[in-house]
Amino acid sequence: MHGFANPKRFLALASWLTPLLLASGLVLTAAALFWGFSQVPPDRLMGETVRILFIHVPTAWLGMGGWTAIAVSSLVFLVWRHPLAAIAARGAAVPGLVFTLICLATGSIWGRPTWGTWWVWDGRLTSMLVLAFLYVAYIALAQSAEREGVSARIPAIFGLLGAVNIPIINRSVVWWNSLHQPPSITMGKSSIDGEFLAPLMVAVIGFSLIFGGVVLARMRALLADIQAEARLRRRAMEAD
Amino acid sequence: MKAKHQRLVLVVLALVALIGAALLAIYALRNQASYFYLPEQMAENPPEVGQAVRLGGMVAPGSLETQADGITVTFTVTGREQSAVPVRYAGILPDLFVEGSGVVAEGRLAADGTFVADNLLAKHDENYVPRELEGMSEHQAAEMAEETTVGLE
Repeated sequence: MHGFANPKRFLALASWLTPLLLASGLVLTAAALFWGFSQVPPDRLMGETVRILFIHVPTAWLGMGGWTAIAVSSLVFLVWRHPLAAIAARGAAVPGLVFTLICLATGSIWGRPTWGTWWVWDGRLTSMLVLAFLYVAYIALAQSAEREGVSARIPAIFGLLGAVNIPIINRSVVWWNSLHQPPSITMGKSSIDGEFLAPLMVAVIGFSLIFGGVVLARMRALLADIQAEARLRRRAMEAD
Repeated sequence: MKAKHQRLVLVVLALVALIGAALLAIYALRNQASYFYLPEQMAENPPEVGQAVRLGGMVAPGSLETQADGITVTFTVTGREQSAVPVRYAGILPDLFVEGSGVVAEGRLAADGTFVADNLLAKHDENYVPRELEGMSEHQAAEMAEETTVGLE
């Protein structure tokens, strides 16, 4: 575990893992979406609109997974002080936000024909919107902490605090009466028919691989930024 | 105790306190954060007549009737228990609004106990089933799948 915390060893690993994850993710996602959009029969009630499931569900999971990654990395950074953990948390923020926004947009489009409304303030939709705002705040906080030279511990603490929202999103449809339906997939059980479930699972794997690839690419870019800055500073010192 | 362990204990204690606070807040919110009343909740703890509320539940099969004016519909919403609330609504019905399916009605309780809805939202359940397999048992569906794929391999 400590071996991978070494930035040099991480960069050597990430340089070939990043394109591999992105390429395999794109291939699997394209295959899953082709399968889901054109090969699967329409739903008994929703008809053709059920196909948005194959984008909505993977992006929702990854939106929540992104913050879980931020929280775990922040914990590792706060306790063990691994600098790479702080980089990992920052790397997960932007893709996490993008997937959360895609989830909100596709959910809204889906809600119009099925529920009869673009948006309602029920527990699930509201807590998901809060997640999007938390991402925006985290990105701004982490960026300004770096620019102002403030300790990276402050965004890490915020990353841990924000994790409270994740179980709330997950349980919101169980605790409170909501317009959003209760979970379809629970521990080892699924009320999604196999014909929909198979392409959905492929889409989840594909989107996750893309997510992983983007996180690694972001981490490499952040490390390169830090290196460039250190080099500039050293040169300025020499010139004095 | 090493500094690393001290930090770990501190973070874990902070997290426990945070989760405790969140659980307390959620417990306090458990009724306010609900998007609608179930019929049994409305019977038990009725809102004031004329107050804007939402009623959610299942459209009782066989209860949907179109009135003589052609726009007004009446139906009964049932919950998990025996209680049922009659609903009156004049307007366009959402596509997924059918008997035996979920509905959320926005409106107010009238003096006679009828719920007068201004807006209806269809609520669907967590089941996703292809059209042609609807209403079949798993065994029947498997049989049909077998029949339709005969000779394809």
